Formats: sequence, structure tokens, C-alpha cells
Amino acid sequence: MQSHTKDFRQGAGAALSDPKIQANLEGLYNGFHQARIDASDQTPDWEALQDKGRAIKAHTLDNLAYYLEMVERNVIASGGHIYFARDAEAASNYVVNLAKERGIELVIKGKSMVSEEMALNHRLEEEGIEPVETDLGEYIVQLAEETPFHIIAPAIHKSRGEVSELFVEKLNVPLYDNIEDLTREARDQLRQKFVDAGMGITGANFIVAETGTVTLVTNEGNGRMCTSMPKIHVAITGMEKVVPSIEDLGLFLRLLIRSATGQRISSYVTTVTGPRGEDEVDGPEEFHLVIVDNGRSKMLADPNLREALYCLRCGACLNACPVYRKVGGHAYGWVYPGPIGAIVSPMLTNLSEAKDLPFASTLCGACKEACPVKINIPRMLLYLRKELTQGETYPEHKSVSMAESTAVKGWRASVSSSFMMRLSNLGGRLLQLPFVRGGRIDRLPSPLSGWTKHRKFPAIASKPFRTRWKNIGKK
Amino acid sequence: MNQTDNAVKASLFVTCIIDQFFPEVGEAAVRVLRRLGVDVEFDQSQTCCGQPAFNNGFWNDAKPTARRLVDSYEGEGNVVVPSGSCAAMLRVFYNELFHDEQDTLRRAQALAPHVFEFTEFVSDVLGAENREGLFHATKPMRVTYHESCHLKRELGVDLQPRSLIKSLPGVELVEMPQAEVCCGFGGTFSVKYADISAAMLNDKIANIQSANVDAVVAGDMSCLMHIGGGLEKQEAGIRAIHIAQLLDERI
Repeated sequence: MQSHTKDFRQGAGAALSDPKIQANLEGLYNGFHQARIDASDQTPDWEALQDKGRAIKAHTLDNLAYYLEMVERNVIASGGHIYFARDAEAASNYVVNLAKERGIELVIKGKSMVSEEMALNHRLEEEGIEPVETDLGEYIVQLAEETPFHIIAPAIHKSRGEVSELFVEKLNVPLYDNIEDLTREARDQLRQKFVDAGMGITGANFIVAETGTVTLVTNEGNGRMCTSMPKIHVAITGMEKVVPSIEDLGLFLRLLIRSATGQRISSYVTTVTGPRGEDEVDGPEEFHLVIVDNGRSKMLADPNLREALYCLRCGACLNACPVYRKVGGHAYGWVYPGPIGAIVSPMLTNLSEAKDLPFASTLCGACKEACPVKINIPRMLLYLRKELTQGETYPEHKSVSMAESTAVKGWRASVSSSFMMRLSNLGGRLLQLPFVRGGRIDRLPSPLSGWTKHRKFPAIASKPFRTRWKNIGKK
Repeated sequence: MNQTDNAVKASLFVTCIIDQFFPEVGEAAVRVLRRLGVDVEFDQSQTCCGQPAFNNGFWNDAKPTARRLVDSYEGEGNVVVPSGSCAAMLRVFYNELFHDEQDTLRRAQALAPHVFEFTEFVSDVLGAENREGLFHATKPMRVTYHESCHLKRELGVDLQPRSLIKSLPGVELVEMPQAEVCCGFGGTFSVKYADISAAMLNDKIANIQSANVDAVVAGDMSCLMHIGGGLEKQEAGIRAIHIAQLLDERI
């Protein structure tokens, strides 16, 4: 997908001024966010599960080449094909070439964020192949010609009314006023597509190394139909999604599903190992697994960022984030929004272009608290801020304004000693004179005008604490 | 910690924001600590923990002042900080800041267990809630408690402020919705992304107002500067006060 990370401010402004988006985002706190808290509270030893999950992720990524080779062996042994794609383009080429070789005209898709990285739908359309999203949220987003707004709830920014109008416009159907009718209409529209499609493309929540099994977690059953109805199933996923064993899978399903929706188990958990066997009734004739790097090895190689690859893509950090709950998913400008997106998107696209993302956080830590594998997102945001400012590991992305550097030099001088603090106090009090009324400042010039538009600012005290200490000091 | 109350000593790291903008909060903290029998010291060489530069990526500029703080407080016993955020800087984030400076890192880590946020010290170490007749009643007051992010999520302090507030005669603690959600301050975030910050602040203010209280209480003047500045702008008639002030008014 083309990156628009540099337009963060514009996107945020657009979301803030859209009352419909604000109303839809507001529901996340009492919805998904609270559901996750309840589900984890009700799970015995939740924290032990988190620690175990985190340890397995750390181990797997520390030995990723070993486990990826194991995946390769086992996918081939089960009769499937495997392709390691260096980048999004290579992954798209593989899928498109396969579809063309097999004469495919219609592709049905289950939810896949990696296919968004690849802008796969766009590539397929260019080649004259029709892609149809079958996850209801993704289907809505595709009809609206938009991109997903949330990792697990792609159309959460749209109200029922908006979806009804979209259906009227795009599908030439009556205006439905309830969700049941809308869902039924989508099912009717998709039914024949499932029957006609020559290829099903899905993501994968996990790849089990010891068996070469791909696992999908869904609530609509569409994922399972994508893996079983067409003659060819292509699963596309990031290289970090591998877990060593089936036993580990049980742990991660508990962590993922509770954190994503608050359910104990999703309506469907699908495991796929290779194509249909000779003694099996269901399943595709061909199975392909495409494992995508697309910049992930850069994060893997950086010890400060490696834990970003532990991410299960549950979306819990988005729901917990008070900034995401204001600016929504599109503002972040690429596939992955919210706190984890503020790390992953800059690293998989262009760090300096995406510099707003690591800075547009209050470092409140709600993301870290919500994460099922305890990813320390604030620590990585601080690290990326340092990189953007001082450019030690990624010098080519150093991006700091002269004005800010100068301000920091001034701050550094003012806190360099008690004497300098007193001097700054005096200087500050002189500077603030024209603005102070009744001990408060009502309006300041740019760049502080944004602050005083919504808040008063306190005046610098005429006697700082260090001066007052003399009077309240030793008695 | 200390077995006899009379022997408790503490050095106050007052924080730059209280020093420069809210010295009355520092005075309130000193009065409360003294009333609890603490021998309070104040090291005049202190300035700032370095967080403003650190959070903005200027780690090299944050180091000198942070290093000086470690120098000042090393081996000096308890350090009490009336701010969850600045206490978290010393206890948690110096591990990041000094990751490439082994000697300072080791010294910062040795200092960390002696650093207490104000309510942690007053509640966990001094047990103020359990001292009979310590607090006296004033005019009845309804307050709500805002959880400062670093205090709650970096230091894990959420019960202590509440138990202190509840121990005050005549003070009713009314929980507001989303008390743990950030007010939108975030240091320079509130300047660089003023509109996002304001949207978060407006939610916070609405939640405070829904509790129908006289004051919102917190443990961090940075959040309170932000929330209080918003309440004043909206002429909401609700005070934003530091917990040290709430205790000081009744001790």
C-alpha cells in the first residue's frame, strides 16, 4: 500500500472534525477494550500465560531461521508449496503469476493485513482478476474503496446508516435499516462468489512449525470457506507469525482471542495443513504458503525493535489507546494504525516520513498494559524518537527542526544549575509579563497558541520553591 | 522501612514544574511530611530530571541534568518526589537513557529503590491512613481522583492515593468514568498535537463533571496544569489540586 504517513496531522484533523467517526470510535472503550479486560480478569493465571507467550515469541524470533526452515520442510511434506517473499512486490508477483498460470478470473479473500501491505487487490485488478473480500468489514471497506480502519474491525468507523447507503449505491439494493438485513444481503452477494472463485486467498494468524499448519481465527466462517471451496488456497502472512508447536498454538489462541474481542474462543478456528489429502472430502487441490519479509528483518536485526514482531495483531493496543480513539485508523497513513502501528508502519515504510507516528503519543502506557504479550510499546516509541532526533542507528532518517534543537539547547542551559534555574525564572517572568492576568495566561503566540486555545497556562511563580525553602526550611 | 518514625529522613526532589509554577504544592508536601515526623531535606542543586528532552528524543541533552541528579541523591537515603512522572523517570526511564553509560546506569539502578513517589511514601512507608487523629475535618468536600499515567502504569501506584483520600474525614471520593485514561497532556504532545490533546482533555473534563465534584485530585502537577487549565478555560468551577494540598488542608 502506498504510504501516507506524512499526512498524519491532516488525517487526524479530518477524524477529529467528523462527528460520525468520533461517535463510532467512542464505542471502543466500553466495547472491545472492556471486553478484553473482563476476559483477561476471568482467565486464571492470565499474567503467567502472557509471560509464557512472550517467552515463546522471543525464543522463536531468536531462532527464526531454524523455525522457518522447519515450516518449509513440513509444508512441502504435506504436499503444499511455500514461497519466501523478500518484499511486497515479490509476494504480489507470486500470487498474480500463479493466478494467471491457472487461468483464474475471480479470487475470494479472507482477512489479511499483509495483503494490504502488498496492495494485492489493486495488483489483481490491474491484471484483470477480480478480488472479492469476504470478511464483512473488509467487504464494506472494499465497496467503499477505502482501507481498513482497525486491525480486527476494518469498518468500525462506519455506522449502520452509512453502510446501508453504501449498499444502495454500490449494490443497487433497497435501503436496509437493520444489521440482519445488511448481513443477509452481503451473504447473498458473496454466496455465488464463493462458488465461482478459482482461488481463495487468506492471511494466517499463526503458522505451526512442527506441522506446517496455517491457523485462521475468524467469526464469520468466511475464512474457512476461502480455504476449502476454491481449488487453490494461498495463505499469505508475515514471517513473524510462526510458532513452534501445536501446544503453543493453544496458548496463543487463548491470548489472541481474549485480547481481540473478549471472546473465550472465536466462532471459527481453522487449521489447514497442506492441500486435500486422498482420503479427505474437503480442501483445495493446491495449497501455497507465502511468507513475507517486507522490512521485518530490519526490525528483527534491531534489538531495540525486535519485540514489535511479537505482535499477535489482536488490536488491543488500538482499543486501549486514547489517541487512536480520537484520530482513528486512517490518520496513521499505512496498514497498521495505533500504538503498534506507530512502530511497525515507520519501520516497514519510511521512518523519517512517518515521524509523526512515534511522536503522536502521550506515552500513557495503556498499550503496554493491554498487550497480551507485554510488548513495551512506549519504550520503542521513545527509541524511535531518539533515532529521529539523534540518528544513531538510522542516521539517514534523522529529522529534527532547527527551532526545536534551539529550544532544547535553551532548556538544557536553564536546567544546568540552580543559578541558571533562577536566571530562567527571572527571564521567564519578564517574557510572560504581557500575557499574565490573575496568575494565569489566557493566550500565547505560536507555537503555544494551540495550547491556550483550550487551556489556560499557569504563570511562572514570582518566588520559586527553591527560594521559598529558606522560609520553610530548617526551623 | 524505618522502624521509628522519628528517624525517617527524606530528601525532596520537588520537580522543576512545582519549583517554577506551583511552589505552593512543594510547600504543602513539606508540611505533610513534617507533620508525619519526617526530617525533610532539600538539595538546592536540583533542577530537572531530564524528561522533557528525553521524551522528545534529545537523550544527549537530557543526560547532563539526569546525571547530576544521580550524583546529588546517590547515597542520600529516601528521595520523595511529588510527581509520578518524574519518579518514573528516575526509577524506570533512566534504564533507557543510560543504557550506553554503564557506570551511571549502575548508580541510577542503585538509587531507584530509594526513590518514592509522594503518596507511595506517605502511605506505604509512613502509613498515614492508620494514624489516629492525624487528619481533621474541614468543610465537606466531594473529590474525584485522576490517575496520572506514569504513576499508575509505570510505578503501579493506584491504591495508595485512593486510600489516603478515603481516610480524610469529610472528604468523599467519587470515582469518575475512565479515571485511568490519559488527560492528553503528554508533555510537548499537548503543544505539537494540541488539537488531539484538547479532544482528550475535553473527554477528561466531561468525566470529571459527571462525578459532580468540588475538585479533581491527582499526584502530578503536569496533568493538573493541563486539566486545571482546561477547567479554568471552561469556567467549570471545579478545582484541580495535588493530593499533597488536599492532605495539607486537613493535617
